[in-house]
Amino acid sequence: MDFNHTQERQMLADMTGRFVREQYPIEKRHEIAASQEGFSRELWSQMAELGLIGALFPEEAGGFGGTGFDIAVVFEQLGRGLVVEPFLASLLAGTVLSRGNESQKSLLENVISGETILALAHGEPASRYMLSHVETTATKTGEGWQLNGNKAVVINGDTADQLIVSARVNGEMDDTDGIALFLVPADTDGINRRGTSTVDGYRTAEIALSNVAVGEDAVVGDAGDAYANLQTSYLLGTLAVCAEALGAIEVAIELTLDYMKTRKQFGVPIGKFQALQHRMADMMTEREQIRSAVINAAGNLDLVDREWYISAAKNLVGRSGRLIAEETIQMHGGIAMTWEYAAGHYAKRIVMIDHMFGDVDHHLERIMKLGRVA
Amino acid sequence: MDLNYTAEEQAFRDEVKTFFDKKLPGRLADKVKSKKRLTKEDQEEWHAILNEAGYLSAHWPEEFGGKAWNAIQRDMFDVEANIAGAPRVVPFGVNMLAPVLMAFGSSEQQKHYLPRILDGTDWWCQGYSEPGAGSDLASLKMTAERQGDHYILNGQKTWTTLGQHADWIFCLVRTSKEGKQQEGISFILVDMNTPGVEVRPIILLEGTHEVNEVWFTDVKVPAENLVGEENKGWTYAKYLLVHERSGIAGVGDALAGIEHLKHIARDQKKDGKPLADDPMFAARLAQLEIDLSAMRTTNMRVMQAASSGAPPGPETSMLKIKGTELRQSINDLTRRALGPYAMPFVSEALEAGYNQEPVGPDYANPVSMDYFNHRKTSIYGGSNEVQRNIISKMMMGL
Ligand SMILES: Cc1cc2nc3c(=O)[nH]c(=O)nc-3n(C[C@H](O)[C@H](O)[C@H](O)COP(=O)(O)OP(=O)(O)OC[C@H]3O[C@@H](n4cnc5c(N)ncnc54)[C@H](O)[C@@H]3O)c2cc1C
Repeated sequence: MDFNHTQERQMLADMTGRFVREQYPIEKRHEIAASQEGFSRELWSQMAELGLIGALFPEEAGGFGGTGFDIAVVFEQLGRGLVVEPFLASLLAGTVLSRGNESQKSLLENVISGETILALAHGEPASRYMLSHVETTATKTGEGWQLNGNKAVVINGDTADQLIVSARVNGEMDDTDGIALFLVPADTDGINRRGTSTVDGYRTAEIALSNVAVGEDAVVGDAGDAYANLQTSYLLGTLAVCAEALGAIEVAIELTLDYMKTRKQFGVPIGKFQALQHRMADMMTEREQIRSAVINAAGNLDLVDREWYISAAKNLVGRSGRLIAEETIQMHGGIAMTWEYAAGHYAKRIVMIDHMFGDVDHHLERIMKLGRVA
Repeated sequence: MDLNYTAEEQAFRDEVKTFFDKKLPGRLADKVKSKKRLTKEDQEEWHAILNEAGYLSAHWPEEFGGKAWNAIQRDMFDVEANIAGAPRVVPFGVNMLAPVLMAFGSSEQQKHYLPRILDGTDWWCQGYSEPGAGSDLASLKMTAERQGDHYILNGQKTWTTLGQHADWIFCLVRTSKEGKQQEGISFILVDMNTPGVEVRPIILLEGTHEVNEVWFTDVKVPAENLVGEENKGWTYAKYLLVHERSGIAGVGDALAGIEHLKHIARDQKKDGKPLADDPMFAARLAQLEIDLSAMRTTNMRVMQAASSGAPPGPETSMLKIKGTELRQSINDLTRRALGPYAMPFVSEALEAGYNQEPVGPDYANPVSMDYFNHRKTSIYGGSNEVQRNIISKMMMGL
């Protein structure tokens, strides 16, 4: 065993980290998040140029990375900067598309170069965290398909140029069989998008599909067989947000520790109080636990137990992430309750990640169902 | 020991219920239940209704026009108010300043300020904390210098809740730098319209404006605005902290929070069934209910002991810790109940006039904001660490 990254991957991590540190101060981040699109096209193309999007995809998909560790190191650094650009949306949709036909796959080049924004429109108002829940329907027509239904909390769905929409071609609402994916230009007639900000400054959309007509060539993979494709995409997405949470947790702890050393009450730095020291010790311990869980998840991504390790990481991130987020605020006192100070924004992101791809309890149940691995 | 309510107590509950039925405007209850932002006018409207019914000061002693309610009555009122969706009374005048004036104010001050607190003429805010004086409040620096029949105030207060609405602020100020820090502090009342008082907003992490910085530059305050004696302010402030025990546990608010959570859990579906029926979720909810039912009794025990004259002890600190942390846990489970819909947040939707379709279920929008906003409760009013220090000091004999 060797817990060091390869030299190349370490360079990727360092480069991403440097870019985020230098180009993404928190004030700028807030400005970007509050802008019309909720992210910066300019920074997005710079990030593409640096290869940060390509790092998320394997060579056969036009990228130059795509392993669990590539995804993890990039997202950890993005988490450190609370980066709002559409990395996650690109990873989710791009992964799905890489299982498509040649012409669909060629679109990935534009995703990797930052020109095209894709979003995966899969979740629905009633699906909660159930991956197979698809009420949206795809009905066969003469020329292709007609889509009807509602998609919920679609990450960057408001600005995406193209959407990958899941819809049911047969079976019951929660069946794993009978789901199809369609690549649809976002301005297609019958698509109505309502964008909103999230409480932590990211963007999502509610998307209504009403008699949306698409051609046969819009189908990604085999109609009815999309579940496995979606599953892979969500597993990668889950790994990504776990690593992102790790990055945000690192900064939350650094800010808190720094504050413990500088904030004085009762004539001493508050870090002198053992009541706070012990809790910081717990936070640091949990951070290392999360780091290990992310390593486990990334390293097992191509192996049979991947689901177990990814659920384990997500459970831990939800559980200990909440602890760290809440303690970060508490141990700062009032200052962390303000918009102006960064700590609260990190806390928000860490907690909101619990609501993506299944929360603490969802993944605890997954682990219970999957049984133990060695 | 008898856990049954007496006939008298039951009659009291009926009286209170009827009051909320009849007098609480539906418009206000709707706002509270759907967690819309309350305006100053909303607060004032409800304040006036409570005052007219004599409920605003019901916990005050009879000599000041109160009804001297006992622990059971206070608990019942608090619970019924929250279940009905009544706005929370802004506490600074009625619950914080008034007891201090009753105990230490001159009879002129009592005659002048107490009626104005009740009829809503003066909206009060609390000026204790400073940038350098949070938990270590006694290190506060804002000065008041006596010049003839005035004090001249200079310095800065911060975290002043709803200071943007306030007419008056009660401040702890430094009147002496001799001796122990605590012995140079005075308690003074300041008209916010005095030249030299400036209020600047602080925006909280979920984007709301509820706290402020208040700056004082050569603010001239009549000497008769001093409460009690010069340099005794610390005693008065501490009196308030240990004597104002009612409401600190937030029992009614927690009960309403659990009701709201149950409503959400019945509506949300997990694997096609109501979330409320999911064993894992139900277990978490049950745990909160266990804690709350015990806390309700702890709260009444403490209040009852207090009203029969027991000296204030560390129980207040226990209630503060338990009350805030339980409420935070309820908020936490509420956000989790929402699933992905905990994420979208439309700030404008918190305004009463907002009439667009909600994003997701109609109860979803304020939930995460509320979760984050409530982190303040374990920080203010003496942080929970400070409360634990008090318990350690008073109960452990170490
Ligand atoms: C939303 C909000 C509203 C408020 N409203 C008002 C108001 O209306 N009027 C007003 O006067 N004030 C108000 N406050 C201020 C509040 O009372 C202070 O925030 C509180 O006293 C803590 O002070 P601080 O924020 O400076 O934190 P600090 O005192 O700097 O504390 C930082 C951390 O150190 C811990 N700590 C400090 N000392 C010790 C110790 N000895 N042992 C162990 N741990 C310790 C604290 O518990 C905390 O975790 C409000 C605060 C907030 C957040």
